[in-house]
Amino acid sequence: MVSEKDVSYVAELAHLELTDEERVGMLKDLNSILGYIDRLNQLDTSNVEPMAQVASRYGERKSKDEAGGFAFAMRPDEPRPCLPREEALRNAPVSDGVFFKVPKVIER
Amino acid sequence: MNIDLLTVDSARAAVLEKETTATALVDAFYKKIEAEDGAIGAYLTLSKERAYRQAARIDALADKGDELPPLAGVPIAIKDVFTTQDVRTTAGSKILADFVAPYDATVVSRLEDAGAIILGKTNCDEFAMGSSNENSGFHPVRNPRDRSRVPGGSSGGSAAAVAAGTAVASLGSDTGGSIRQPAAFCGVVGLMPTYGRVSRYGLIAFASSLDHPGPFGKTVKDAALMLQAIAGRDPLDSTTADVPVPNYREQIGQPVTGMKVGVPLEYFEEGIDLEVSTAVQFGIQELKNAGAEIVPISLPHTPYAIPTYYVIATAEASSNLARYDGVRYGLRAREGKTLSEMYRRTRDAGFGAEVKRRIMLGTYVLSAGYYDAYYLKAQRVRSLLARDFDEAFAKVDVIVTPTTPTPAFKLGEKTEDPLAMYLADIFTVTADLAGIPGISIPCGKSKDGLPIGMQILGRHFDEATVLRVAHVAEHALAAKVY
Repeated sequence: MVSEKDVSYVAELAHLELTDEERVGMLKDLNSILGYIDRLNQLDTSNVEPMAQVASRYGERKSKDEAGGFAFAMRPDEPRPCLPREEALRNAPVSDGVFFKVPKVIER
Repeated sequence: MNIDLLTVDSARAAVLEKETTATALVDAFYKKIEAEDGAIGAYLTLSKERAYRQAARIDALADKGDELPPLAGVPIAIKDVFTTQDVRTTAGSKILADFVAPYDATVVSRLEDAGAIILGKTNCDEFAMGSSNENSGFHPVRNPRDRSRVPGGSSGGSAAAVAAGTAVASLGSDTGGSIRQPAAFCGVVGLMPTYGRVSRYGLIAFASSLDHPGPFGKTVKDAALMLQAIAGRDPLDSTTADVPVPNYREQIGQPVTGMKVGVPLEYFEEGIDLEVSTAVQFGIQELKNAGAEIVPISLPHTPYAIPTYYVIATAEASSNLARYDGVRYGLRAREGKTLSEMYRRTRDAGFGAEVKRRIMLGTYVLSAGYYDAYYLKAQRVRSLLARDFDEAFAKVDVIVTPTTPTPAFKLGEKTEDPLAMYLADIFTVTADLAGIPGISIPCGKSKDGLPIGMQILGRHFDEATVLRVAHVAEHALAAKVY
């Protein structure tokens, strides 16, 4: 069971503040969804490999041996064009034209 | 010209044969959108400047008598999770309400290179998280077939635009059913290609191992022609596969004689609306009449698919959505005194309830002490679900199921219960987890006149067979009167 303390802890990890009302709803929803997720424990998976990527399913047939399922991910390490600074800063909420500006990181 | 009847081929032919111009088509579609989309809400942003520029380019080609590209002059809509250069791209979220993308998604530039005209960006559930489009940060979409009902989600705007005739075809994305489910609800065709078949570069990430870009069309052929334009290896997405792309048009009209069609009997038994199962059984009978062999199969781990999905998808989402922090783009809450306070207030203000719920769930299942119990466990069950399909496809060429357990539900019907909403994806989510391709085609209507969808799933990279079977079924069903 997820507790109120867990909700606060996870919200902090996720960089969310949440109102008191949201916390109450979150506690109820997380417990209901995790209760449903618990049915996964009906399955014995002790001899089953985890599947992180679809390529691991077809990879054996279609990829090169040395890279396993991820041969497609291999590419030459060459510099390529990137966004000009002006473009990269165009959507910034606050910038000085050279850097993104943020509030103080270290508190005194 | 009645633009409601236009298909990909007929729109192109009309421009090619000088029956109209691309510019006149764009005029006609914007006129229709302005008159009719207010009641539907399919569009979030119209990209008029871009559309007219592209139309002028196509008209110049037609005037010169040059060869026209395959989608020349075809007015389409793009789900607002794909970046479009110099056009607002929101992902349906207030946190990106003013975001103007600096580059095009690969699928967007490929569609324009193929001659398509992008009319605008379509509404969707925020960050593609939802099954009804009610989680849009802006406004819900209404189902053009019955405005009291949802269009499905998360690509609800893209499905509704095609159903309403405010676009000839459109682009969506499918993570747990987000193309096929709204296609079923709106009575159009929606195709989810194999994972790795279509580039995700420029697709705003929800769950990276599950996100599949794919097309909507009025017909199977239109979906095939759209897929042709976007399919294939992209150096900018290292998960795209270097697998040859066949000519999909050639599949249209090919027979299914001797083909083996698998039917998982458990998909027709539990928790399914009787009208839906009857209609889809009828569709399967049509395939049998066309010469296919019907083979009963089993996908025994299906009851575990939704819980598996909600661990993996939320875990990936919690990581992907960490980037929305008010620093580089998007909303920033003003009152934060320290950096971490600014992060929290920005995210609190910018994300909607469902997005927060999924970030919380994903963060929880990845947090210390729960990783093995939830995340790793779900990845192991994902292997079992993929293995179910491997075993089935050793015996059959395609698998046919209902797309959804019920026709479109009413707005507000499931908003109070997240779990009930999640179950709307029960028949679609397995294919996302396995990474196999699937299509939903219209398959009759309920007695209330609501569309019903039939889903056809295929082997990895075998969209060709899926399209062939879908076209035969579409053709046979169209000949019947409902």
